[in-house]
Amino acid sequence: MLTELEKQLLNDYQQGMPLVSEPYSEIARELKQKGFSVSENDIINSLSSLKERGMVSRVGPVFKPQKVGDSTLATIAVPDKRMEEVAQIVNHFSQVNHNYKREHHFNLWFVVTASSQEEVEQVLEDIEQQTGLSVMNLPMEQDYHIDLGFPLWC
Amino acid sequence: MDELDRKIITATQSGLPLVKELYQAIAQQLNIEPDLLKQRMKKMLKSGQIRRIGAVPNHYKLGYKANAMSVWNVPDDMITKLGNQLGALSFVSHCYERPRFLPDWPYNLFAMIHGKSKQEVSEKVQQVVTLLGNHCAGYELLYSKQILKKTGLRLKKV
Repeated sequence: MLTELEKQLLNDYQQGMPLVSEPYSEIARELKQKGFSVSENDIINSLSSLKERGMVSRVGPVFKPQKVGDSTLATIAVPDKRMEEVAQIVNHFSQVNHNYKREHHFNLWFVVTASSQEEVEQVLEDIEQQTGLSVMNLPMEQDYHIDLGFPLWC
Repeated sequence: MDELDRKIITATQSGLPLVKELYQAIAQQLNIEPDLLKQRMKKMLKSGQIRRIGAVPNHYKLGYKANAMSVWNVPDDMITKLGNQLGALSFVSHCYERPRFLPDWPYNLFAMIHGKSKQEVSEKVQQVVTLLGNHCAGYELLYSKQILKKTGLRLKKV
Protein backbone atom coordinates (compact mmCIF):
# COMPACT_ATOMS: atom_id res chain seq x y z
CA MET A 1 0.00 0.00 0.00
CA LEU A 2 3.05 2.26 0.28
CA THR A 3 5.64 2.66 -2.44
CA GLU A 4 9.31 2.47 -1.52
CA LEU A 5 9.56 6.22 -2.00
CA GLU A 6 6.62 6.86 0.31
CA LYS A 7 8.10 4.65 3.02
CA GLN A 8 11.43 6.40 2.74
CA LEU A 9 9.75 9.81 2.89
CA LEU A 10 7.81 8.85 6.00
CA ASN A 11 10.74 7.32 7.82
CA ASP A 12 13.21 10.06 6.92
CA TYR A 13 11.08 13.17 7.12
CA GLN A 14 8.62 12.72 9.98
CA GLN A 15 11.27 13.97 12.39
CA GLY A 16 12.38 16.95 10.44
CA MET A 17 12.76 18.43 7.04
CA PRO A 18 15.21 21.12 5.96
CA LEU A 19 14.19 24.65 6.92
CA VAL A 20 15.29 26.18 3.63
CA SER A 21 13.49 28.17 0.94
CA GLU A 22 12.76 25.12 -1.20
CA PRO A 23 12.66 22.15 1.19
CA TYR A 24 11.07 19.72 -1.28
CA SER A 25 13.90 20.31 -3.72
CA GLU A 26 16.40 19.65 -0.93
CA ILE A 27 14.56 16.43 -0.01
CA ALA A 28 14.73 15.32 -3.66
CA ARG A 29 18.47 15.99 -3.64
CA GLU A 30 18.97 14.01 -0.43
CA LEU A 31 16.92 11.07 -1.71
CA LYS A 32 18.86 11.04 -4.98
CA GLN A 33 21.94 10.34 -2.89
CA LYS A 34 20.10 7.33 -1.45
CA GLY A 35 19.45 5.98 -4.93
CA PHE A 36 15.97 7.30 -5.67
CA SER A 37 15.64 9.08 -8.98
CA VAL A 38 13.18 11.75 -7.97
CA SER A 39 12.50 15.40 -8.69
CA GLU A 40 11.08 18.16 -6.53
CA ASN A 41 7.72 17.63 -8.22
CA ASP A 42 7.79 13.93 -7.38
CA ILE A 43 8.28 14.78 -3.72
CA ILE A 44 5.43 17.28 -3.75
CA ASN A 45 3.18 14.79 -5.54
CA SER A 46 4.06 11.94 -3.17
CA LEU A 47 3.42 14.03 -0.07
CA SER A 48 0.17 15.34 -1.56
CA SER A 49 -0.95 11.81 -2.33
CA LEU A 50 -0.06 10.59 1.19
CA LYS A 51 -2.07 13.48 2.56
CA GLU A 52 -5.05 12.82 0.29
CA ARG A 53 -5.07 9.16 1.32
CA GLY A 54 -4.99 10.23 4.97
CA MET A 55 -1.67 8.48 5.70
CA VAL A 56 -0.04 11.77 6.50
CA SER A 57 -2.27 14.10 8.48
CA ARG A 58 -0.23 17.16 7.50
CA VAL A 59 3.25 18.31 6.59
CA GLY A 60 4.31 20.99 8.99
CA PRO A 61 5.39 21.97 12.46
CA VAL A 62 4.43 19.96 15.53
CA PHE A 63 4.11 22.30 18.47
CA LYS A 64 4.76 21.45 22.07
CA PRO A 65 1.48 22.45 23.74
CA GLN A 66 2.93 23.29 27.16
CA LYS A 67 5.28 25.74 25.51
CA VAL A 68 2.62 27.64 23.62
CA GLY A 69 -0.10 27.45 26.26
CA ASP A 70 -1.26 24.79 28.66
CA SER A 71 -2.78 21.35 28.25
CA THR A 72 -4.00 18.38 30.21
CA LEU A 73 -5.29 14.86 29.82
CA ALA A 74 -8.69 14.28 31.39
CA THR A 75 -11.06 11.38 31.68
CA ILE A 76 -14.68 10.69 32.52
CA ALA A 77 -16.32 7.39 33.49
CA VAL A 78 -19.33 7.68 31.18
CA PRO A 79 -22.33 5.39 31.64
CA ASP A 80 -22.66 3.38 28.38
CA LYS A 81 -26.08 4.79 27.59
CA ARG A 82 -24.80 8.35 27.69
CA MET A 83 -21.58 7.85 25.67
CA GLU A 84 -22.74 9.46 22.44
CA GLU A 85 -24.27 12.47 24.13
CA VAL A 86 -21.29 13.10 26.42
CA ALA A 87 -18.78 12.63 23.58
CA GLN A 88 -20.63 15.28 21.61
CA ILE A 89 -20.52 17.74 24.48
CA VAL A 90 -16.78 17.19 24.93
CA ASN A 91 -16.01 17.39 21.18
CA HIS A 92 -17.91 20.62 20.93
CA PHE A 93 -15.12 22.48 22.75
CA SER A 94 -12.50 23.75 20.29
CA GLN A 95 -9.90 23.38 23.07
CA VAL A 96 -10.41 19.60 22.99
CA ASN A 97 -8.03 18.39 20.31
CA HIS A 98 -7.98 14.66 21.04
CA ASN A 99 -10.85 12.56 22.28
CA TYR A 100 -10.75 8.76 22.47
CA LYS A 101 -13.15 6.10 23.59
CA ARG A 102 -11.20 3.47 25.53
CA GLU A 103 -11.95 0.06 27.01
CA HIS A 104 -12.07 0.80 30.73
CA HIS A 105 -14.38 2.02 33.50
CA PHE A 106 -12.85 5.40 32.67
CA ASN A 107 -13.91 5.17 29.03
CA LEU A 108 -13.64 8.69 27.64
CA TRP A 109 -10.16 10.26 27.44
CA PHE A 110 -9.49 13.67 26.02
CA VAL A 111 -6.77 16.28 25.77
CA VAL A 112 -7.57 19.93 26.45
CA THR A 113 -5.15 22.51 25.05
CA ALA A 114 -5.62 26.23 25.57
CA SER A 115 -3.74 29.49 25.82
CA SER A 116 -3.58 29.43 29.62
CA GLN A 117 -4.05 27.17 32.61
CA GLU A 118 -7.16 29.15 33.59
CA GLU A 119 -8.74 28.46 30.21
CA VAL A 120 -7.96 24.73 30.53
CA GLU A 121 -9.56 24.62 33.97
CA GLN A 122 -12.57 26.57 32.74
CA VAL A 123 -13.14 24.03 29.95
CA LEU A 124 -13.00 21.16 32.47
CA GLU A 125 -15.47 22.95 34.73
CA ASP A 126 -17.81 23.64 31.81
CA ILE A 127 -17.66 19.99 30.78
CA GLU A 128 -18.52 18.88 34.33
CA GLN A 129 -21.39 21.30 34.43
CA GLN A 130 -22.80 20.41 31.03
CA THR A 131 -22.50 16.64 31.53
CA GLY A 132 -23.21 16.42 35.25
CA LEU A 133 -20.29 13.94 35.46
CA SER A 134 -17.01 14.40 37.28
CA VAL A 135 -13.84 14.85 35.30
CA MET A 136 -10.53 13.38 36.51
CA ASN A 137 -7.77 15.81 35.61
CA LEU A 138 -4.38 14.20 34.94
CA PRO A 139 -1.95 16.95 33.92
CA MET A 140 1.51 15.94 32.79
CA GLU A 141 4.09 16.28 35.55
CA GLN A 142 7.09 15.08 33.60
CA ASP A 143 7.76 14.14 29.97
CA TYR A 144 10.06 11.11 29.63
CA HIS A 145 9.67 10.52 25.93
CA ILE A 146 12.82 10.79 23.89
CA ASP A 147 11.46 11.77 20.52
CA LEU A 148 13.31 9.73 17.94
CA GLY A 149 10.31 9.49 15.67
CA PHE A 150 8.14 6.50 15.12
CA PRO A 151 9.83 3.93 12.88
CA LEU A 152 7.33 2.32 10.54
CA TRP A 153 8.07 -1.37 10.82
CA CYS A 154 5.94 -2.28 7.84
CA MET B 1 6.23 34.23 22.38
CA ASP B 2 5.29 37.51 20.76
CA GLU B 3 2.53 38.56 18.40
CA LEU B 4 4.45 37.48 15.29
CA ASP B 5 5.26 34.02 16.70
CA ARG B 6 1.60 33.58 17.45
CA LYS B 7 0.64 34.60 13.93
CA ILE B 8 3.19 32.15 12.55
CA ILE B 9 1.70 29.38 14.70
CA THR B 10 -1.85 30.09 13.53
CA ALA B 11 -0.69 30.23 9.91
CA THR B 12 1.18 26.91 10.04
CA GLN B 13 -0.59 24.76 12.64
CA SER B 14 -2.82 23.02 10.12
CA GLY B 15 0.11 22.29 7.79
CA LEU B 16 2.52 23.88 5.35
CA PRO B 17 1.47 24.29 1.71
CA LEU B 18 2.77 21.59 -0.64
CA VAL B 19 4.28 24.04 -3.12
CA LYS B 20 7.86 24.76 -4.16
CA GLU B 21 8.60 27.96 -2.30
CA LEU B 22 6.38 27.31 0.67
CA TYR B 23 7.97 29.71 3.15
CA GLN B 24 7.61 32.50 0.67
CA ALA B 25 3.92 31.63 0.31
CA ILE B 26 3.36 31.84 4.07
CA ALA B 27 5.50 34.95 4.46
CA GLN B 28 3.44 36.67 1.80
CA GLN B 29 0.27 35.80 3.65
CA LEU B 30 1.74 37.25 6.87
CA ASN B 31 3.18 40.22 5.03
CA ILE B 32 6.75 39.61 6.24
CA GLU B 33 10.06 38.65 4.65
CA PRO B 34 10.59 34.90 4.08
CA ASP B 35 13.94 35.12 5.89
CA LEU B 36 12.28 36.51 9.01
CA LEU B 37 9.74 33.67 8.93
CA LYS B 38 12.46 31.01 8.67
CA GLN B 39 14.49 32.73 11.37
CA ARG B 40 11.52 32.77 13.76
CA MET B 41 10.71 29.14 13.05
CA LYS B 42 14.34 28.18 13.67
CA LYS B 43 14.17 30.01 16.99
CA MET B 44 11.00 28.17 17.98
CA LEU B 45 12.64 24.86 17.04
CA LYS B 46 15.62 25.69 19.20
CA SER B 47 13.50 26.73 22.19
CA GLY B 48 11.35 23.61 21.84
CA GLN B 49 8.08 25.42 21.08
CA ILE B 50 8.23 23.58 17.77
CA ARG B 51 9.15 19.94 18.37
CA ARG B 52 9.84 19.24 14.74
CA ILE B 53 8.78 20.19 11.24
CA GLY B 54 7.95 17.24 9.04
CA ALA B 55 5.42 14.82 7.61
CA VAL B 56 3.09 13.88 10.45
CA PRO B 57 2.13 10.23 9.96
CA ASN B 58 -1.35 9.00 10.73
CA HIS B 59 -0.41 5.73 12.40
CA TYR B 60 -3.93 4.39 12.27
CA LYS B 61 -4.25 4.81 8.49
CA LEU B 62 -0.77 3.35 8.03
CA GLY B 63 -1.91 0.09 9.54
CA TYR B 64 -0.93 0.57 13.17
CA LYS B 65 -4.53 0.14 14.17
CA ALA B 66 -3.96 -1.05 17.70
CA ASN B 67 -2.84 1.40 20.31
CA ALA B 68 -2.98 0.98 24.02
CA MET B 69 -2.53 3.60 26.62
CA SER B 70 -0.55 1.60 29.16
CA VAL B 71 -0.65 2.90 32.73
CA TRP B 72 1.79 1.76 35.39
CA ASN B 73 2.07 2.06 39.14
CA VAL B 74 5.73 2.51 39.99
CA PRO B 75 7.46 3.83 43.14
CA ASP B 76 7.76 7.63 43.17
CA ASP B 77 11.46 7.47 43.96
CA MET B 78 12.10 5.27 40.91
CA ILE B 79 9.92 7.06 38.38
CA THR B 80 12.59 9.22 36.76
CA LYS B 81 14.82 6.25 36.03
CA LEU B 82 11.98 3.99 34.86
CA GLY B 83 10.25 6.76 32.90
CA ASN B 84 13.41 7.46 30.95
CA GLN B 85 13.81 3.76 30.15
CA LEU B 86 10.23 3.47 28.88
CA GLY B 87 10.41 6.75 27.00
CA ALA B 88 13.38 5.50 24.98
CA LEU B 89 11.56 2.44 23.56
CA SER B 90 10.86 2.78 19.84
CA PHE B 91 7.24 1.59 20.07
CA VAL B 92 6.39 4.13 22.78
CA SER B 93 5.17 7.41 21.31
CA HIS B 94 4.38 9.29 24.53
CA CYS B 95 5.62 8.69 28.06
CA TYR B 96 4.44 10.92 30.87
CA GLU B 97 4.30 11.07 34.63
CA ARG B 98 0.84 12.05 35.86
CA PRO B 99 -0.74 12.32 39.33
CA ARG B 100 -2.46 9.38 41.04
CA PHE B 101 -6.05 9.67 42.23
CA LEU B 102 -6.44 7.15 45.02
CA PRO B 103 -8.31 4.90 45.40
CA ASP B 104 -9.73 5.08 41.84
CA TRP B 105 -6.50 5.62 39.99
CA PRO B 106 -3.17 4.32 41.38
CA TYR B 107 -1.16 4.77 38.16
CA ASN B 108 1.54 7.41 37.83
CA LEU B 109 3.34 6.49 34.58
CA PHE B 110 1.65 6.59 31.18
CA ALA B 111 3.11 5.14 27.96
CA MET B 112 1.36 5.02 24.60
CA ILE B 113 2.17 1.74 22.84
CA HIS B 114 1.49 1.15 19.14
CA GLY B 115 1.23 -1.94 16.99
CA LYS B 116 -0.53 -3.42 13.98
CA SER B 117 -2.64 -5.71 16.15
CA LYS B 118 -3.57 -6.21 19.78
CA GLN B 119 -1.29 -9.24 19.70
CA GLU B 120 1.66 -7.11 18.65
CA VAL B 121 0.83 -4.52 21.31
CA SER B 122 0.65 -7.18 24.02
CA GLU B 123 4.08 -8.49 22.98
CA LYS B 124 5.46 -4.97 23.39
CA VAL B 125 3.73 -4.68 26.76
CA GLN B 126 5.48 -7.88 27.89
CA GLN B 127 8.80 -6.20 27.09
CA VAL B 128 7.81 -3.34 29.39
CA VAL B 129 6.70 -5.78 32.12
CA THR B 130 10.13 -7.42 31.94
CA LEU B 131 11.89 -4.07 31.96
CA LEU B 132 10.04 -2.81 35.05
CA GLY B 133 10.33 -6.13 36.88
CA ASN B 134 9.27 -5.97 40.52
CA HIS B 135 9.22 -2.16 40.50
CA CYS B 136 5.77 -2.42 38.94
CA ALA B 137 2.97 -2.70 41.51
CA GLY B 138 0.30 -2.98 38.82
CA TYR B 139 -0.66 -1.92 35.33
CA GLU B 140 -3.57 -1.71 32.95
CA LEU B 141 -3.97 -1.41 29.20
CA LEU B 142 -6.60 0.92 27.82
CA TYR B 143 -7.10 0.03 24.18
CA SER B 144 -8.67 2.71 22.04
CA LYS B 145 -12.09 1.72 20.79
CA GLN B 146 -12.80 4.77 18.70
CA ILE B 147 -11.21 8.07 17.81
CA LEU B 148 -13.90 10.64 18.52
CA LYS B 149 -11.79 13.68 17.66
CA LYS B 150 -8.21 14.30 16.61
CA THR B 151 -6.81 17.59 15.40
CA GLY B 152 -3.50 19.34 15.71
CA LEU B 153 -3.05 22.30 17.97
CA ARG B 154 -5.70 24.91 17.28
CA LEU B 155 -4.82 28.29 18.70
CA LYS B 156 -7.51 30.83 18.15
CA LYS B 157 -6.63 33.59 15.71
CA VAL B 158 -5.65 36.84 17.37
